[in-house]
Amino acid sequence: MSDDIRQQHDMGGLDKGPVTPSAHEIEPWEKRVEAIMRLLSMRKDRFVTVDELRRGIEELPPELYDTIGYYERWIASLSNILVEKGVLDRAELDARVKALEAGA
Amino acid sequence: MPHDDPHDHSHAAVEADEPQGYYQHLAAATRSLLIEKGVFSAADMRAMIEQIDRRSPALGAKIVARAWTDEGFKARLLSRGKQAIKEEMEIDPVAADIVVVENTAAVHNVVVCTLCSCYPVFILGRPPDWYKSYAYRSRAVRDPRGVLREFGTEIDPAREVRVHDSTADMRYLVLPMQPAGTEGWLEERLAGIVTRDTMVGTAEVRPAE
Amino acid sequence: MTDPLFNPGDAVTVSARFPTGRRHIRTPFYIRGKTGEVERVCGAYKNPEDLAFGNYNAARVSLYRVRFDQRHVWDDYTGNPNDTIDIEIYEHWLEPAVTEDSSDAT
Repeated sequence: MSDDIRQQHDMGGLDKGPVTPSAHEIEPWEKRVEAIMRLLSMRKDRFVTVDELRRGIEELPPELYDTIGYYERWIASLSNILVEKGVLDRAELDARVKALEAGA
Repeated sequence: MPHDDPHDHSHAAVEADEPQGYYQHLAAATRSLLIEKGVFSAADMRAMIEQIDRRSPALGAKIVARAWTDEGFKARLLSRGKQAIKEEMEIDPVAADIVVVENTAAVHNVVVCTLCSCYPVFILGRPPDWYKSYAYRSRAVRDPRGVLREFGTEIDPAREVRVHDSTADMRYLVLPMQPAGTEGWLEERLAGIVTRDTMVGTAEVRPAE
Repeated sequence: MTDPLFNPGDAVTVSARFPTGRRHIRTPFYIRGKTGEVERVCGAYKNPEDLAFGNYNAARVSLYRVRFDQRHVWDDYTGNPNDTIDIEIYEHWLEPAVTEDSSDAT
């Protein structure tokens, strides 16, 4: 079966090189992304489930999936899903990012 | 601050030292908008971060040491992991159904999630980078012995290597083999020699010198 | 509750389906079309393929752990011939295995 129907995240059996058994210390912003996701998924009304988070990550363009970091994939997916659900508005999110970039 | 967490670090993050690329801004923007909309508060965020920080491999190590010293617990752990951990280890919340797989002289178990990075955070803490790496996710299912060798772990060719691809709703804990020479040790001392990697299956427990 | 269709020990074949379009699939690509044996019934869980698109009332589907021989999964497997791999697979991705084990013939 040809690989063009295999999704980028579905990598079991491929060869992505040797494993480096080391770890960096998780950064504070990464902890915050993780906490946002937990808080949303644990709500009774379940704003965003882990299944949705995963689906959103899987829908990222393959080139992006391959180049950005773990928690970068999380926040990319999470923000897309919040916009998709109308919890956040794309324009207000973009404006907030711009303001942070200008002010930071 | 929990005193029993060997991986404890200060939360007094100096935000100015953090990377400030697009995704960090996106994260900050998402967080501030959700707080403004009243979805959760800044205090909720802090409490959640602290709750996750309290989870570490020390919890898993206690479970393993109990199983090594209590046959009844071990049997219950292997048959109904979540219930045994919740009720007998008083770890709460146990966020997912847990399957405990036992290493024996005949079988060595190793866990991977090829589709994302599913990991039992509530008993092992956050997954290490290598567990989330594309190298581990892609190769552990097809060349487990080769991957284990990259961790310095050589599994006897006569033993079966059993990979668990953790892709759906179960979370996995490997119950490592108790090393020879530790018979009669107390539970606490045994817990001290159980490392994170031995509970994922990329290493075997060595007795402390 | 949904009664599981398969029992531990049953030989099952993973559907060789390769959907495209917007999707969220928990059955890894590499295991589709392979034959293994049910190790245990894990219970019934809401179908993640629906949960992933916000349908929180998704129907529950039985979930199994299925054990495969590594040499069957990978043509070039070099480890111990007894090495195995266990994977969680939802019932709608499983079929009763064909008895004359045609999967090994190819």
